Amino acid sequence: MSPTILVWLLVIPFAGGMISWQAERYSRYLPRWIALATQLIVLGMSVWLWFVGDFTLANPSTTPAFALEFKAEWIPSFGINFHLGLDGLALLLIILTNLLGVMAIGCSWKEIDRYVGFFHLNLLWNLAGVVGVFLALDLFLFFFFWEMMLVPMYFLIALWGHNIPGGKGRIYSATKFFLFTQFSGLIMLLAILALVFFNHQATGAWSFGYFELLKTARGLDPQVAWWIMLGFFLAFAVKMPMVPLHTWLPDAHSQAPTAGSVDLAGILLKTAAYGMLRFALPFFPDAMREIAPFAMALAALSVIYAGVVAFSQTDIKRLVAYSSISHMGFVTLGIFAGTEQALQGVVIQMIAHGLSAAALFILCGEIYERLHTRDLRQMGGLWARFPYLPPIMLFFSAASLGLPGLGNFVGEFLILTGSYAVSPLFTILCALGLVLAAVYSLILIQKAFHGASRSTDAHGHGDAETQYEDLNRRELGMMALLMALLLGLGLYPQPVLDVSQASMQTVQMIYAESSAAATLPTPAVATTGVAP
Amino acid sequence: MTLNQLLALAPLILLTLTTVGVMLHIAWARRYHLIGALTILGMNLALLSLPLLWIYNDGQPVQITPLLVLDGYALFYSGLILAAALGVLTLCGAYFESYEGNREELYLLLLMSTLGAVVMAMSRHFAGFFIGLELMSIPLYAMVAYPTKDSRALEGGIKYLILSAGASAFMLFGIALLFAETGALGFADIGAKLAEGRTPLLLTGAAMIIVAVAFKLSAVPFHLWTSDVYEASPAPVAAFLATVSKVAVFAATYRLFLSVGLFQHPATVEALSVVAIASMVIGNVLALQQDNVKRILAYSSIAQFGYLLVALVAAGERATEAAGIFLLTYVVTTIGVFGVIALVSSPMKDRDVEHIEQFRGLFWRRPYLSSIMTAMLLSLAGIPLTAGFIGKFYVIALGVEERLWWLLGAVIAGSAIGLFYYLRVLIMMFQPIPTRDRVSEPLNWIQNAGGAMLVAAMVMMLVMGVYPEPFLDIIRAATPQIG
Repeated sequence: MSPTILVWLLVIPFAGGMISWQAERYSRYLPRWIALATQLIVLGMSVWLWFVGDFTLANPSTTPAFALEFKAEWIPSFGINFHLGLDGLALLLIILTNLLGVMAIGCSWKEIDRYVGFFHLNLLWNLAGVVGVFLALDLFLFFFFWEMMLVPMYFLIALWGHNIPGGKGRIYSATKFFLFTQFSGLIMLLAILALVFFNHQATGAWSFGYFELLKTARGLDPQVAWWIMLGFFLAFAVKMPMVPLHTWLPDAHSQAPTAGSVDLAGILLKTAAYGMLRFALPFFPDAMREIAPFAMALAALSVIYAGVVAFSQTDIKRLVAYSSISHMGFVTLGIFAGTEQALQGVVIQMIAHGLSAAALFILCGEIYERLHTRDLRQMGGLWARFPYLPPIMLFFSAASLGLPGLGNFVGEFLILTGSYAVSPLFTILCALGLVLAAVYSLILIQKAFHGASRSTDAHGHGDAETQYEDLNRRELGMMALLMALLLGLGLYPQPVLDVSQASMQTVQMIYAESSAAATLPTPAVATTGVAP
Repeated sequence: MTLNQLLALAPLILLTLTTVGVMLHIAWARRYHLIGALTILGMNLALLSLPLLWIYNDGQPVQITPLLVLDGYALFYSGLILAAALGVLTLCGAYFESYEGNREELYLLLLMSTLGAVVMAMSRHFAGFFIGLELMSIPLYAMVAYPTKDSRALEGGIKYLILSAGASAFMLFGIALLFAETGALGFADIGAKLAEGRTPLLLTGAAMIIVAVAFKLSAVPFHLWTSDVYEASPAPVAAFLATVSKVAVFAATYRLFLSVGLFQHPATVEALSVVAIASMVIGNVLALQQDNVKRILAYSSIAQFGYLLVALVAAGERATEAAGIFLLTYVVTTIGVFGVIALVSSPMKDRDVEHIEQFRGLFWRRPYLSSIMTAMLLSLAGIPLTAGFIGKFYVIALGVEERLWWLLGAVIAGSAIGLFYYLRVLIMMFQPIPTRDRVSEPLNWIQNAGGAMLVAAMVMMLVMGVYPEPFLDIIRAATPQIG
């Protein structure tokens, strides 16, 4: 298997985006088909990589290893290379990205009717940027992709978003999204450059390479390492998002088109967790361990606060958005716990949340297309009006509240079991989030589908007996696929765990080694967690 | 003067000859296109002479009289100035095509101003510096006020004239103070004399020179003229102001700073840092309030030069490189933005297309021009894939290396604020418009020089953003020697 396939994973969506933009001159349907074909090709390639690649490591060490690497010189005067690498973790997230990319194209088939070509250009470029983030092994390249996925996302929200009455408008939301991520990204750039500078001081050579900087970062003075780590942490915390840096997310979601929401919740948030696992943690294990109690406290806060806020939302998309924040809190908890169990749980949780949140956002989009409102107060009694949509929604709500048998349960369970040994207090607090998840997921079902039927829709049309047009075959097919995947992940997660095991073991070993070297033994960290 | 020195003067001689030729031709007959072609030919010859001189001199500096020097640094900045001037020239050709007054003198003014700018890039003596500065500025007053029937342009011209004259007076006084203390005017001579000791009078002189330079670079708090003058001048002239004049002033000032240790005095550096931080923050904040795209760009240029001042504060080999790449990316981007404004405007209307509302839905009417504008705005905002990112990246890298944390904080805060208004202009172009008429632009826009130049600028900008290595090589080869 030649490593150039990694380059193709990036080039094909970029090229497909350009072609589908230009194809709009000829037909309004052509861009959609081209985008779909492009995305299916890269999805096929990434799945193929899963089957042919070997992602297990004979003997994991504290230096991350990659199954496939591609390296080409880019800006030699700064030691910048076009360096891509694929390991189990990256592969799983790339498959998730490309799968949800297909979903995003599918769910905007009818929804987007303005400037179709340009829409798909932005969508595909955004997806390619995310894949680039997952592949980059050069910090300059990583930052490059990290920033590059912003602009298309900005356009997706600003141009095809909704102006919800009472909301602040899509341009406001898009700009807020851009500002939050760009500002934190620049701080990360500072941190990267500081690291590069220290590497230059130590070795006399300029380099942005992953392995070179890994070595330098481990040897840094703890005080300096702490500050540099903070730069990375901040960027990832904004993107994750952790309360209190989360305010951009609900706004962005409530104004974004469905495809944008799928993209945001399903994929973009995962780049933050990936960044922690790939860069922040291996680079600065000691510093990360130092702030672990603080980060876990923030994680617990995110889980509980976002859960409570989700419960009081009336806009279904905002509700799902807050539930995403809550679920990503578990991911943060697992990363900072750093045991192998917790880290494997993080992987499952990321994938399961990506699938379930994407499905919920797609369903919100379908409801909005039919009712022209997303306000829970204007819904009610919808169960009788659609044959398929409500039960499907119930399925994904159950997934999101962590029903055993579905993927999210496996993820949350592994995270909680893995974290308990490290920090019982915060684990217990996070576990409370499961109760909240049940409350807000069920309230969504209750308010939307049960109770008295409203006599009219948002525009005063129709009566209580009107049947709405149900999901068509395209939509049912998408839902069926997502349901099958979630079920598979819930019942037999082993294949996924096998793929990510080597990467996660490496991360765990790095983290554990740091605690062994630290003056405080591991239980001390746990006690600081419990201390009042 | 040896033959070698005479040859080294070739760019200046070529420009001067073209100026004289154009002047005589105007006196004889007004042929707009012919005169335009003559100007372009002269400038291109001057531009071409630069790499030839580099090869001929084998990269060695040539001292031409005590006033000027032709080294790699001078060659690089002369090249940048000439390329920018050529860009502006092509824009002028398109913009003044339908102008009803006398159009030809504009070329004359532009040539003289460019000549002054090149002199500045080569100067290593206060006399050369000052002559260049005035030769560049005086035609600029006339260029700003060129549409003489427009009261706004006249007002802008007068405003620029008076304030600029004030700055020149400061500069002269500062030079006089330095001369009084050291008895020398050459940069190197002053630097040598200063090794003996520093008096308060010297610092006063340095402060006055910094004031004048800050005015020309429109750094806060000497920025008050910028937005008015940008708004008043025709779009191509504003582009000239933003690129050629500022690059020349910066190039000369940077050489001065490196040669004369006085400017690395802690007090001077501190003052400069404050000016830089103020420019980044205030420039960006003021831009938020504007509805006029030219004014937004004026404030944005204040902020951009704030970023660049980081290089001046750091002054060293790495800083020279950073300044070079930053200015290169800045020039390409700025020409592109003003170019789009110039191409969608026409001088026969009351005003240029400059109010932000006039950009509404531009993408759906003129997709290619707006794509260029989009890329250029993203470049100004410093988003990856564009040249602006490389420039800003260099500046931030430099700041990290020199540990200028306060300045870096301002760069980052400034960039974040800057996003607001760049995105505002940008998204306005993509707003849906009610009519479905998607293509209303004349399809031949790319065939005229202005359009072709814009496409070239855009390609260049993207190449710099994606593969900057060749440009870095050129800058690295050219700029280490500062004589």
